[in-house]
This record gives sequence, structure tokens and C-alpha cells, in this order.
Amino acid sequence: MKIHEYQGKAILASAGVPVPKGKVAFTAEEAVAVGKELGFPVVVKAQIHAGGRGKGGGVKLAKSAEECAQIAGKMLGMTLVTHQTGPEGRVVKRLLIEQGMDLEGAKELYLAVLVDRASGSPVFMASAQGGMDIEEVAAKDPKAILKEVIDPAVGFQAFQARKLAFALGLPSAVVPKAVALMQGVYRAFEAVDASMVEINPFLVTRAGDVFALDAKVNFDDNALYRHPECAEMRDLEEESPLEVDASKYSLNYIKLDGGNVGCMVNGAGLAMATMDIIKLAGGSPANFLDVGGGASADQIKAAFRILLADPDVKAVLINIFGGILRCDVLAEGVIAAVKELHVNVPVVVRMKGNNEDKGKEMLNGSGLAFTTADDMMDAAKKVVAVAGGAR
Amino acid sequence: MSVLCGKDTRLVVQGMGKHGTFHAKGCRDYGTNVVGGVTPGKGGQTNEGFPIFDTVGDAVAKAGANTSVIFVPPPGAADAIMEAADAGIPLIVCITEGIPVLDMVKAAQYLKGKKTRLVGPNCPGIISPGERCKIGIMPGHIHMGGPVGVVSRSGTLTYEAVGQLTALGIGQSSCLGIGGDPIIGTNHTDALRLFNDDPATEAIVMIGEIGGSAEEEAAEFVKQHVKKPVIGFIAGQTAPPGRRMGHAGAIISGGKGTADEKMKAMREAGIRVVKSPAEIGQAVKEALGR
Repeated sequence: MKIHEYQGKAILASAGVPVPKGKVAFTAEEAVAVGKELGFPVVVKAQIHAGGRGKGGGVKLAKSAEECAQIAGKMLGMTLVTHQTGPEGRVVKRLLIEQGMDLEGAKELYLAVLVDRASGSPVFMASAQGGMDIEEVAAKDPKAILKEVIDPAVGFQAFQARKLAFALGLPSAVVPKAVALMQGVYRAFEAVDASMVEINPFLVTRAGDVFALDAKVNFDDNALYRHPECAEMRDLEEESPLEVDASKYSLNYIKLDGGNVGCMVNGAGLAMATMDIIKLAGGSPANFLDVGGGASADQIKAAFRILLADPDVKAVLINIFGGILRCDVLAEGVIAAVKELHVNVPVVVRMKGNNEDKGKEMLNGSGLAFTTADDMMDAAKKVVAVAGGAR
Repeated sequence: MSVLCGKDTRLVVQGMGKHGTFHAKGCRDYGTNVVGGVTPGKGGQTNEGFPIFDTVGDAVAKAGANTSVIFVPPPGAADAIMEAADAGIPLIVCITEGIPVLDMVKAAQYLKGKKTRLVGPNCPGIISPGERCKIGIMPGHIHMGGPVGVVSRSGTLTYEAVGQLTALGIGQSSCLGIGGDPIIGTNHTDALRLFNDDPATEAIVMIGEIGGSAEEEAAEFVKQHVKKPVIGFIAGQTAPPGRRMGHAGAIISGGKGTADEKMKAMREAGIRVVKSPAEIGQAVKEALGR
């Protein structure tokens, strides 16, 4: 789960990480009030769940109350397009109003903590090349990214932070402050079960003070049950309404751009493989949808509703491998959903496993226009044909 | 022959709730020697004919358990893994889906230096059809005994591949679901090593998916050590970057972990990579020269 910058900074601040003073604002009036409280100049920062906001015009300096009102008024409600939002962009609904920092002669660096699969441990990463897209840095110059693997039993040690601080080339007088900041970042990471904490840029001012100038905190969804205060930070407006709807039924739905074949599959691996085979058959999948192991009648109905809410969907492919799930039970659910929702696009069903013959008989005898298929390629070809071919 | 599970398996089930009990019966019905279950506080009772123990240690001491399968819900699952390791269980199969990553970090750390092997979490388990031994939630009836080892990160996609093999009359030595989480106990390379060393396995099917670099590392291992034919498929060739495709581990991030990269590394290692998931069975048939 993703959260906003101002929420991430609050988490960091409570772990002792220095962040610029600031507050969230939902209206231009609130923005001005925060500005007056902090004293101008202030930085007005659009709060959306995507990076690259500065380049897109989502970060502006306001030197006076008038300017603050004007910038905030313009920014709220604007559609911000960055390299991470996709071409449709995101509508800005919240702003972070922050004290302006003296960037003259300051250094911008990069810090992050995340769990590294290869070592099976958290890793603290740092780079002197902050302020820019770290993925570009990693691609161009992997050595510019320093790493310290953390032993989970003892946590992130001061010597490890010192190693990083010196390797970043920080002056001796700054090192203790940087060490304290880094240890705070790790404490925050651990305390909220984050999947990632990223500080870009990590600011070292000319005066030698350190700040987390930006903050990206992502939570491990599996651990949210033990952090209700974090779960409350979820901003549903930042997520696709269909994906939010799907999650209520324990369905895992992701819309794909430009596709016209809706897919309903049990299991994440098989769902991805189904998308792949639709492409191989010359079509394009409209979504990823994993109905999970159970695929109850309620879930199938919800899945149909969500698939069909996408106007691009011209046909639906259901691909279910009934391991424990029985195909006749599945067929019953599919028939009921199609009748109840008056599904009017062609539906191709491929099911395999427990009671598959009985399930097929039920579909064929239902009086509804199902197409059944035996194997995955047969199913993919049939659904692509009825969807009107490739797009 | 088979890998990891077979005639000598003496299975204890940790987490005998509704789900765990259902699958304990499924394993027993298939032929697995299920020696009991663990439910703290219910030691001495029986459940569906299974003797219940308070601790895994008791199940080892009193019933000779040598393998554990875990159905404990996410908040207690990492603890269950560590308990089984502490009791000296050599093989733990963790089915539980949704364990917090930092819990798994600790459990993985705890297992380092111990002789215990963990399979999973978030996996369907292991089955050796020729020896009628099933540890997990897969449908037993789609399998048949034979010469092909199957390793995969996903559940139903593995069943799909196994279904194709069985339909072609090609049996399996063992099928190993290693799980879709970022931190897992046994990875593709470990599984390939086991199958490579198993005299009964003549060909290996390796099913990967986007995210991480385990498939690339496994490809390197194949290049160096594996003489048996390996057939590979990667799910997620059409997945967009930055989106988690169901499994916590299945995400393309920072331009890494794409299907293209993985398929390229596998091809270069001599693995027969099929682009279509419908061709896995046929490719195995050709590799075996049938």
C-alpha cells in the first residue's frame, strides 16, 4: 500500500528523522494559513501517489501569501502527469505546504531501505547522486549505489550507517547527524512493516544540517493487520475504483491498457499465463483477474460486474483449473451471474479438473450462448475471434 | 525415486483448523503417512483420527514426524516455521499465504546454519505421485508417476502443466511448488539441484514468473551443472511494469525481472523455453524423444 509524502514524513518524524516543517492542505485557504504559520517562502507540493512531481509542475515555491493562494488554487484540481502516472495523470486533491529550505550550496543525496530477495534481508541503500531518478543511476552506474545488508536479528548498526556516510563523502562534522537520520529511517521501516522507505533527496545543507526532503513509504500489505493506524492512511481516491471494488471481494484485479479480452482466472500464475496466451493468439488482454482458490458464486458475480464495467471489454475468457474447486459448482456460478447481470458479450469458458464434463454439460444446456474450449490455446483463439481480433 | 517426499515421509500438520484438517485428510487419502497434527492446548486429543500434539517437539518424539506442513494463519506462521526447525524437522512445507515479509526475514535468518529445508511459503506443496505421497493442497488425481520433475512458483499454473503431461501419458517424479513470495526457503536453483541429483528424474520442467532474478540464477546453474533436458516457461510476458501481479514476488520494478530477460537467460543456458503455456507438455514429450 502506498501513502502520501506528508504521511510518510509524519512517520519518519516520529522516528526522530529531521523533516522540513509542514502541514497538509485541502484548500487554497488552508494552504495560505499553513504558509502564514510557517512564514514565507514556502514550498507547495502536490500530493499524489507517484514520483516525478517536480518536472510535471507539482512542486512550486511561494514567496508570499498571495502567491501561495494563487499556486495552491491552480494546483488543486489540476491533472498532474508524470512518468509514473501514465498519460492519464492524477488529479491533485491534497497539498503539502512546507517551509522553504535553503538549497544554496546544499547537497542532494539518496537513501532507501527495502527487503532484498537475494539476501533475504533488509538492505540500506545510499547514493551521492540524489535528486534524480535512482533507476537511471542504477542503470548507468551501478557502483554509485552503496548497499549495507542488515542482519534482522540485531538491526541496522551505527557502524553500517557510518560506513555509508563516509562513503557518500560527507564531511566529518555531518557524519553523526547523517548516522542518526539513517538509523531513524530504519527504525521507521521496521516499526510500520514498510516494504520500502525511500528518501530522495536526502538533503545536507550548506550549514551541515540534514533533512529528509522527500519521503516515499510503502507498506507491506500482509502486515497491515497489525498496523491499523497505517491502514487508515489509505487514500482510495489514488486507486482505480474497479481495483478497490475488486479488493472488497478478495479479487485481485488490474486493468491493462488497450486490451479488449476480459479474463477471469483462478491463481496468479495461471492468470498471467492466460494474458500471455491471449497475446500469442493475436489478441490483447484487458485485465489481470485472479479469483483465488475458492471462486464462490458471489465472487464470480462480482468479477463479471467488474470486468464488464470496463467499456473496452468485447469478450470474456474464463480459465479455471479446478483442483479443489469443482467445475460443476463453478459452472453454476457462471450461469447465475450471466443471467443475473444480463451479460451481453461473448463468454468463452475453459475449465479443467474436478467434474469438468458435468460443468461443460451444464454450460451447454443452460440456453445461454457460452463457447466452451478444451485447452488454453483453443480457448484463447476462440475468445480473440469473438472479440474482433487484435487491436 | 523422488525428491523431498516419498515412502519414508512421516508428516505432521501444524494448524489443524478447518483448512488444515481438510487438507490433512486429503493427504492421508492420497496415501501420505500423516502421523498427527499440532494444535497447542489440544495435545492428547484426536481430530478425524489424527493424534493431536501440543508442540512439534512432541510430534517428533511420540510419532516420529520427519516432515511438517504448515496451515497456521499468517500472524503465527513464521513462528510455526521456527518451531518446526527447533524440533529438528528436516523438511518444512509452508502453505500459508500472506505472511508479513519482515516475519519471513526473521524466520529465514533463524533457519540459516540449520539442517532444515523450508519449501514455501505461499505454495501448493510437494507431491511424489509414484510413491503416493502428497504434502500440500494440490489435486492428487491429476498426477501420475513417471520421469519428469516439475518446479514452479505458482499453484494452478503448475496443475495446468501437470495436467498436460498426464494427458500425454508422461508421469512425474515429484512436483515442487516453491511459492510466490519474495522470500522463500527453496528456490528454483535448489529444486533443479535436487532433480538433477535424482536418478528417477529424466527431464525437468521449470515454471517461473516475472519479478526477482531467481530464474536467471537457475539458468546459470543449468548451464554449469544440469545435463538433463530442462523445459521452461515464464508467466507474465504481457505484464506491465510496476504492478504486482497477484503474488507478492511477481512485480517488474526498475526495469528488472521482466519475462524477456528471464527467457533470454534461460535460452542461453540451453533450456527449451516455450512462449505458450499450452505447449509445455508437448515440449517435454519431444525432449524425452517420445
